[in-house]
Amino acid sequence: MDAQEFDVIIIGGGITGAGTQRDCAMRGLRTLLIERSDIATGATGRNHGLLHSGARYAVNDPESAEECIKENRILRRIAAHCIDETDGLFITLPEDDLGYQQTFVDACRKAGIDAEIIDPELACRLDPSVNPQLTGAVKVPDGSVDPFRLCAANMLDAKLHGGQVRLHTEVTGFLREGDTLQGVRTRNRQTGETADYYAPVIVNACGIWGQPVARMAGVDIGMYPAKGALLVFAHRVNSLVINRCRKPSNADILVPGDTVCIIGTTSTRIPFEECDNVAVTPDEVNLLITEGAKLAPALSSTRILRAYAGVRPLVSVDNDPTGRNISRGIVCLDHETRDGLKGFITITGGKLMTYRLMAEIATDAVCRKLGVEKACETAFRPLPGSEERSYEAVAQKIWESPSTAQKAAAARMGTSAARISKNDRFDKALICECEEVSVGEINDAIDRLEVSTLTDLRRRTRIGMGTCQGEFCACRAAGLLAKAHGCVEKERSDLADFLQERWKGNFPIGWGDTLREAEYTQWVYKHVLGL
Amino acid sequence: MRFDTVIIGGGLAGLVSSISLQQAGQRTAIISTGQNALHFFSGSFESMEEAPRRTVELFAEAGIRLHYSPGVRLTPLGTFRDAALSLEDISLFPTPQFGRKILLVSFMGYLDFFTSFLAEGLEKQGMSCRIRSLDLPEMEQLEQSPSEMRSVQIARTMDRIWEKVVQEIRVLLRDEDTVVLPQVFGLQDTSVPGRIRQGIPARVVFAGTMPPSVPGIRTQMLLKRRYEVLGGTYLMGDEATGADVRDGRVRSIATKNLDTHGLEAGHFILASGSYFSKGLRSNPFRINEPVFGLDVDYAEDRNRWYHPDFSGEQPYMGYGVRTDAVLHGIRDGQPIRNLYAIGSILGRTRPELGSAAGLAIRSAFVAVDEILKSDPE
Repeated sequence: MDAQEFDVIIIGGGITGAGTQRDCAMRGLRTLLIERSDIATGATGRNHGLLHSGARYAVNDPESAEECIKENRILRRIAAHCIDETDGLFITLPEDDLGYQQTFVDACRKAGIDAEIIDPELACRLDPSVNPQLTGAVKVPDGSVDPFRLCAANMLDAKLHGGQVRLHTEVTGFLREGDTLQGVRTRNRQTGETADYYAPVIVNACGIWGQPVARMAGVDIGMYPAKGALLVFAHRVNSLVINRCRKPSNADILVPGDTVCIIGTTSTRIPFEECDNVAVTPDEVNLLITEGAKLAPALSSTRILRAYAGVRPLVSVDNDPTGRNISRGIVCLDHETRDGLKGFITITGGKLMTYRLMAEIATDAVCRKLGVEKACETAFRPLPGSEERSYEAVAQKIWESPSTAQKAAAARMGTSAARISKNDRFDKALICECEEVSVGEINDAIDRLEVSTLTDLRRRTRIGMGTCQGEFCACRAAGLLAKAHGCVEKERSDLADFLQERWKGNFPIGWGDTLREAEYTQWVYKHVLGL
Repeated sequence: MRFDTVIIGGGLAGLVSSISLQQAGQRTAIISTGQNALHFFSGSFESMEEAPRRTVELFAEAGIRLHYSPGVRLTPLGTFRDAALSLEDISLFPTPQFGRKILLVSFMGYLDFFTSFLAEGLEKQGMSCRIRSLDLPEMEQLEQSPSEMRSVQIARTMDRIWEKVVQEIRVLLRDEDTVVLPQVFGLQDTSVPGRIRQGIPARVVFAGTMPPSVPGIRTQMLLKRRYEVLGGTYLMGDEATGADVRDGRVRSIATKNLDTHGLEAGHFILASGSYFSKGLRSNPFRINEPVFGLDVDYAEDRNRWYHPDFSGEQPYMGYGVRTDAVLHGIRDGQPIRNLYAIGSILGRTRPELGSAAGLAIRSAFVAVDEILKSDPE
C-alpha cells in the first residue's frame, strides 16, 4: 500500500496533474500524485468552468482554438457527467462593431468550430436573459464543465488503475544524484509526517507554482502570474453561455453552471508573492457587475454569492503586461534537453479545456524516458461516472421515478450515483438543502475521493456552494466527517476553517441578501452554536 | 385606523414594548413580517447579567418562567458560555463540569443535534459520555421526506410521544447521573420539559440544536399570545413600507397590506431588527433604514464594513440608526419626537444598553417609559 518507489511522480493535484496521473496509470505505470493542498485548489477550480468551443480564441490564437474544439468534442464523450452541453452565444451590443462578427465567424470556421450567425430575436428566444439590445448573435458549441468533478474523476480513475495519491502533502525538496532527479522529499501538512518517494521521472504539473517547484530543482522557468477575478450569482440566470463578440476583454463571459452562473474575468498582473492569497478588490467587483449586466441585464438585480480569483499560469513569451494577448499554448519542458537535468518534466501553460491533451503530451514524454510504448487511450475511454451521456437517463435507470434530489445526485455523480441507490433509510436525509446533497452521497465521497476536510468535501459534492453558503450543512457534514475520521477536536477547527473560507468569498460582495445571510451565519455560529 | 402606539417588528423588542404598553392601557398594533431573531434564540438572555423584576414578571404573565442563576450554559457544539438569566428549561451551571457520567440521547437520522461535538466538549471538562440514538416508529413518517428530520418537525412529534421517550430513556439509563437531550420538547405544551425532568431519575439537561430554535419559537408564540390576550392587534405578514413625517413627528405609516390608508398613531416604535430582518438594508454604496430614512452610523468606505476573519468583530454588525438619549430616531440630524428605535436596529451605537436580548429588553423599557411619560396626543 505505502510504496516508496514508483515509475513516475506527479507533483500538483490540479486538473493537469490528475489528468497526467490517469494517463500514466492507464499506460501501466506505477504512479504517485502529490498535492500540497486539495485537488483543484489552484487555477483548476478558479475559473469560469467554461467548456470552450474555441471561438473565443479563433481570431487571435487559431492554434488554441483548434485545440479547444477538438478537446471540446472529446470531453463531451469522456466526461459527460462533468459537462453541461448548453451551447453558447457571441452577442454584439450597440457599442460593439458589428463588422467584427464576420471576421469572427470566418476564423471560427477555419478552426473547425461550428459557428452560426442567428437572428438577434432568435437569440433572445433561445436565452431570454440575453441583453435585448443586441444587434447580432452567433451560436457556437460552448458549454460548461465542473472542474472539481472533472479533477476528482481523473484522480479516481488513476486510483482505479493502481495510482496512489497524497493530498495535503508538500514537496520540500528533491532527491538528486549528480545531474539526475531521483525522488522527492515530502511533508504531510496535516500530520507533519515526512516521507521520501523515488521515481525515475518526476512531472511538475503545478500551474503557476511550477516556477518555485522548478527552482527547487535548480531550473528556471519564466512565468508570470495574471490574476482573474470572477463573481458567482445565486441563480442560473442564463441557459446558454453568453460571450461578447469582440476582441477578448474584461468580464465578457457569463457561464451557467449547476445552480449558479459565473461572470468573469479580469486580468491583472500580480507579484508572485500574492499567488497564494489572491483577493478580489472592490474595483474588480464593480467592473464585473457593470460589464456582466451588459450581457444579461437581470444580473444587476441578482444576488451575488461569492467573489473569487484565480491565477493564470502563463509562460513568458513576450512583454505584454496584461497577459491577455499571449497564447495560452501548452508548454512541455524536458529539463534534460533544456537544462541538463535528467528525470524532470514540466507541463504548464494550457488551460482547463486542454488538460487532457496536456496530460497526453506529458505522458508521452514520460513514456519516452521510460521506454514504454503504449498508446494513449484517454481520448475515448470515459471517466468513471461518465459511461452514460445524459444524467436524466442515468437517474431513470437507477430509480424508477427519481426525486429532484436523486436527479441532482445523478447530475453530480453520473453513473456512480448507482452506488448510493441501495442506501438505508437514513442515508436519504439531506445534509445540504440548497444543493440537495444527501448523507449517502457525502459518505460515498468520504469513502472514495480522499476527503480530509469540509472544504475538500465541498469540492467533491457542492455542499456549501449554494445560497446558504454552508450555514446549515457545514455542521451536519462536520458531524459525518468527525465520525468517519474519529476526531472531533480536529473537526471543530475544520468547521471554523470552512466558515472562514466561505466568508473570504462573501465579504467582497457583502451587501444586500449576501450580508443578511452572512449576519445570520455569523450570529448563529458565534452566539448560538458556540463555535 | 388609529392607535396609541404602532410597533414595527414582532421580535423580542417589539413584543416586550407592546405588551408593556398594552398593560398600561394603550391601544397598540404590531406589524410583523413573521420572521425574527427569536427563531434562533439560545434560550439564555445574552447581556442580561441581572434579573430585573419587570422582565421576569412580564414573561411570567405570558406563561414563560425564567430562572436566574449566574453561571454557564452549554452550547450546541459542546462549549460553554457565560449566562445568568434563562428560560426555565435551559440549564445554567456554576461551572462547566455539571455531572460525572452523561447519557447523550438523540434520534436515529437526526442530523441537527451534534452529539459528537457535545460529547467531546463534555469529555474535555472531565465528564464521561455515552451516546445513544432512539429509533422510534413514530418518526418514520418524518424520515420519508429527506428534509423533515429538523428540530421543529421533531418537536411537533415529541409533543405527542414525549412519554414514550421518557420510558425509552429509563430503560437506557445505567449509572449516569445526567441525561442530555435535544431542545425539541414543549413546543406547544410548555409543561413537557418539566414533566420529562420528573420522569427521569437523573438530572436532565436540554441542549441546543441547529436553528430554528424550539424554545425560541415557543417564547415567541407565548409572548404573542399574551399580547393578543391583552387586546393588542398583531398584523402578521405585513410590512411597513414608508412613513408620513411632518414637523418632526410621524403622522402615519404605510404598510404593504394597508398602503392607501396607513396606520395612524400617537407614537411609533421601530423594532424592525438589523440586516437579517431587513430593519437595515445595504447596497454596495450605503446602509440605510428603509421605513423612516433614519440616519445610520456606518463607514463610507465599504472595505471597512468587514473584518476579514469570520470570527473577528464585524464592524457592519455595529452599525445602527442614530438616536438621542431616550431613543428618539434621528433623521437629517433632527430627532423625530414620537418615534423610538429599539432592539438590534441600534447595532452597537448604544453600548450602555447591552447587546442582543439585553439590548432588546432594556431599550424596549426605555421607549415604553418615555411614551407613557409623554403627553397623550
